[in-house]
Amino acid sequence: MILLENVTKTYPKASRPSLDNVSVGIEKGEFVFFIGPSGSGKSTIIKLLLHEVSPTRGKVVVNQKDVTTLRSWKVPHFRRSIGCVFQDFRLLPNRTAYENVAFALEVIGKTKAVARRVVPEVLELVGLGGKEHRYPHELSGGEQQRVAVARAFVNRPLILLADEPTGNLDPDTSIEIMRLLDRINRTGTTVVMVTHDSNIVNQMRRRVIEIESGRIVRDQARGVYG
Amino acid sequence: MRVKYILNEVLVGLWRNVTMTIAMIITMSVSLTMLGASVLLYMQVDQMKEYYYGNIEVSIFLNDDVTDSQKLAIDQAIDGSPLVISKTYESKEDALKRFQKLWADTPDFVNAVGSNSLPESYRVKLSNPEKYADFAKAVEGKEGIRQIIDQRELLDKVFKVFNSIQVMALVVAGFMAVAALLLVGNTIQVAAYSKRREVAVMKLVGASNWFIQSPFVLEAVVAGLIGSILGFVALFVSKIIVLDNKLQALATILTPIPNGNVWLMLPLLAGVASLFSAVTAWVTLRFYLKV
Repeated sequence: MILLENVTKTYPKASRPSLDNVSVGIEKGEFVFFIGPSGSGKSTIIKLLLHEVSPTRGKVVVNQKDVTTLRSWKVPHFRRSIGCVFQDFRLLPNRTAYENVAFALEVIGKTKAVARRVVPEVLELVGLGGKEHRYPHELSGGEQQRVAVARAFVNRPLILLADEPTGNLDPDTSIEIMRLLDRINRTGTTVVMVTHDSNIVNQMRRRVIEIESGRIVRDQARGVYG
Repeated sequence: MRVKYILNEVLVGLWRNVTMTIAMIITMSVSLTMLGASVLLYMQVDQMKEYYYGNIEVSIFLNDDVTDSQKLAIDQAIDGSPLVISKTYESKEDALKRFQKLWADTPDFVNAVGSNSLPESYRVKLSNPEKYADFAKAVEGKEGIRQIIDQRELLDKVFKVFNSIQVMALVVAGFMAVAALLLVGNTIQVAAYSKRREVAVMKLVGASNWFIQSPFVLEAVVAGLIGSILGFVALFVSKIIVLDNKLQALATILTPIPNGNVWLMLPLLAGVASLFSAVTAWVTLRFYLKV
């Protein structure tokens, strides 16, 4: 599903690489945590998988597609198979929960009829039934993140990337979001989550890949934060 | 849905920054009016050259005391030139008659001219008026000639005036076009900034590049089209006012500008305006909306 082969990424003007000769494979349906201190290079992995940046050296394969050789005009279509959630939610403030999710469908060419059928379903799934017509500022942080998860998942992606999705949430809310991601994972979606929330990692007991200074220092099948 | 969405985005975009939109449209329409005027003038001068060059003659005025043998020599020189299509001789009496007819409105002026004061002349038509110099060589220097007048020289002076008006219009059009395109760039920047959140989400969920960019590009194109329509209206109105009414005197020199030519400016201006605004918008997006 996801394969990084000897990937090195050095940003321009950086003294040392963000990722240094990293190789890792992730199977379909896995739930993987990337952990490590700030600046260790975990977010760079998300950016590589989204083709927001290209590796300096090495190969990145996502969904059997070699991202490194992907033509730029094919990138949008490629991204439709990947859902993405961020620490800061990235919702549109002038649109309701329903509209935020529907927007993601409509801009990739789905009709309003499709949105009317699919969006309530996915909002129900993330536990926001009845709050479809609230604006982001009328929702709590946890609820906003649920909207973001719904938006990432509405297109039924093969992979869900989560970049510190609990970074702005209190511990109880964080656990609820994790339950949601777990449920999405059980539908067969591969989940890749970058975090430094030790509580969550310890509770979930999933595969943990620890990165330090751009290198993988640990890869455990049922790991803890350590 | 997508078409409706994009059109809605375009209208919202134009309205969001309406003062800038108006500034953009005005500069564009002024620039396009100038462009249209100079193209029209160019077509006109071409047409006029064709019309007048077909009718112009070289006049060879003879001295009052010209002798028959001198006349014969001149006559032969004219006939000897391969450039000459036709030749008419005008006697003093013929010249006076023509003069009287030409100035029939002002009898005082006509009466002041005696039958002897107008010179006799040859009127020569050349197959190619541009080759006047070759013809002149053959005739010049013959005894009894007072003056040779090439009408083309007079016309060229007129055309030179038109030419410089045309160049001036083009220069103004160029400067205004630069201003208009800078405004387009600026408007697109502002639009891209105010929609940065939407754009970020669209990129994230995989909206195609054309879908993200087309509302911005179309915004510029619509402004360009409105500008071109205004420019066209300005052109048409000024054609009616200036040439058909106020400056009819000028209009008698100008061969009439057919309305068809003016109408032709509409697709031309619209095409130029939308092409240039689209390209400008697209180039601006390359810098401000990395996809």
